[in-house]
Amino acid sequence: MSDPTPQPACESLLRDHAPHVLGALVRRFREFDAAEDAVQEALLAAATQWPLQGVPENPRGWLIQVASRRMTDRIRAETARRRRETAAALETEPAVAADLGVDTEEDDTLILLFMCCHPSLTASSAIALTLRALGGLTTAEIARAFLVPEATMAQRISRAKQKIKASGLGFQVPTAGERAQRLASVLHVLYLIFNEGYVASSGPQLQRIELSAEAIRLTRLLRRSAPEDAEITGLLALMLMTDSRRAARTGPHDELIALAHQDRSLWDRSEIAEGIALLTAALAKGSIGIYQLQAAIAAVHAEAPRAEDSDWPQILALYTLLKRISDNPMVALNHAIACAMVHGPAAGLELLDRLDAGGALRGHHRLDATRAHLLEMVGDGPAAIAYYRIAADRTESLPERTYLLSQAARLSEAAAGSRGGA
Amino acid sequence: MKYILMMTGTKAGVEGYKSWSEKDIQAHFAFLMALNEDLTESGEFVANEGLAMPHQAKVVRAGTDGLPITDGVFPEAKEFLLGYWIVDVESAARAYEIAARLSAGPGPGGVNLSMPIEVRQIMTGRRDEPQ
Repeated sequence: MSDPTPQPACESLLRDHAPHVLGALVRRFREFDAAEDAVQEALLAAATQWPLQGVPENPRGWLIQVASRRMTDRIRAETARRRRETAAALETEPAVAADLGVDTEEDDTLILLFMCCHPSLTASSAIALTLRALGGLTTAEIARAFLVPEATMAQRISRAKQKIKASGLGFQVPTAGERAQRLASVLHVLYLIFNEGYVASSGPQLQRIELSAEAIRLTRLLRRSAPEDAEITGLLALMLMTDSRRAARTGPHDELIALAHQDRSLWDRSEIAEGIALLTAALAKGSIGIYQLQAAIAAVHAEAPRAEDSDWPQILALYTLLKRISDNPMVALNHAIACAMVHGPAAGLELLDRLDAGGALRGHHRLDATRAHLLEMVGDGPAAIAYYRIAADRTESLPERTYLLSQAARLSEAAAGSRGGA
Repeated sequence: MKYILMMTGTKAGVEGYKSWSEKDIQAHFAFLMALNEDLTESGEFVANEGLAMPHQAKVVRAGTDGLPITDGVFPEAKEFLLGYWIVDVESAARAYEIAARLSAGPGPGGVNLSMPIEVRQIMTGRRDEPQ
């Protein structure tokens, strides 16, 4: 007997094909759970047979054929069982899909993603389902990444599937009119997965870094299925350029380091180069969107050899555009920062006052932290200290609280030092 | 968002629990089990532990030599942590809803105990890039 554990090369091949195969089955049979089981069986068959008999010429076609055969057997058995139970002879024969090739116009990965990022789901359910169905992560791995017990995560995934089924429009390919909106929620979920990994702390949560890698892999996969879509490309560029700063954004004691103080020699140049090339290609297509704009901002930062070389007027122009098409309050906050860098901190503070009055960010620690930063730039130390401390009271993040309290401490020590020295 | 729901009890409550009827004890236990099952089913359960009776509880401090100095706390303290739940929920409102259900656990004769449940958000390890 051979070892059924797939070889590394074979394993990554299977991981790449699995979502397409699952997508194809879900589209034809409209049964998520059963399709998932059938795909698992096909993958297991491949993992045992391919290393011995060689990889078939058309691996995806092979997998789809084996999985749909299992699926058909299952439906036949299920129908027979139901017949016996109900004695209902009028039960219709299941549709046997004999033509399950890879000849589909709309790529199955995209269809599967549309389903996992269904509008009826909360973001956390969509994330869990996407990672399970497309990420090739086990429920246990997803549970570990989100620090919840496996039973809890299993239940979340199963409830998400039920909800899609109950909504009645789970497995339909969106119409042309719905497509843009549905794609936006797909991209949002991929972005959230990336961010979950990116903002996770190191150490015991190291596992979560895999989430960023997984999000990048899935976005690449999605891009292959719709290479002409500028926003998908823009999102991939944004992820790569953000990820390039990973090594520079924390210090030796895991402390947060602001963009302006990062050691730029630690930035991953190959990720930046790929991100810029992708962004250039996306921008050439002419339909601008929120991910391309954010990627463009990341690119301007990436191109500055030192923080003080940053082209802030260009960053401000990009945030002004972004603010026009996105109602995300964080965009408005970043716009105020860019404005402060170009027109001076007083101009930025004026925008913050308006944001505070606007309400969406009232009581949010990020608003207080930004105000503290700009007050420090103006030279109003005591007010800056007060706002750093208010922000520290309000943040939910432990590393961020440490960072904000350190900023307050730095300013009060400097003030005490200058008083002592005078 | 993760929250910890802390159930506290008074000295009188802890002493009184010992004289509950068997039926009341079982009803309260069944109530707690049902809550945990529902939280698992809804995908919100993270952890739950009940603590041993506080009679032997100690407060420990390090002396100047770094060695532990222990004090019994039961005679002096008025309130004790009895147990906690950690839940992962969509909103603070949902955490309060779960806490209210916990608070309304059945006491003697099935009467709503209206126990105080302290609800605190658990900090994340998120490391958003500071501006």
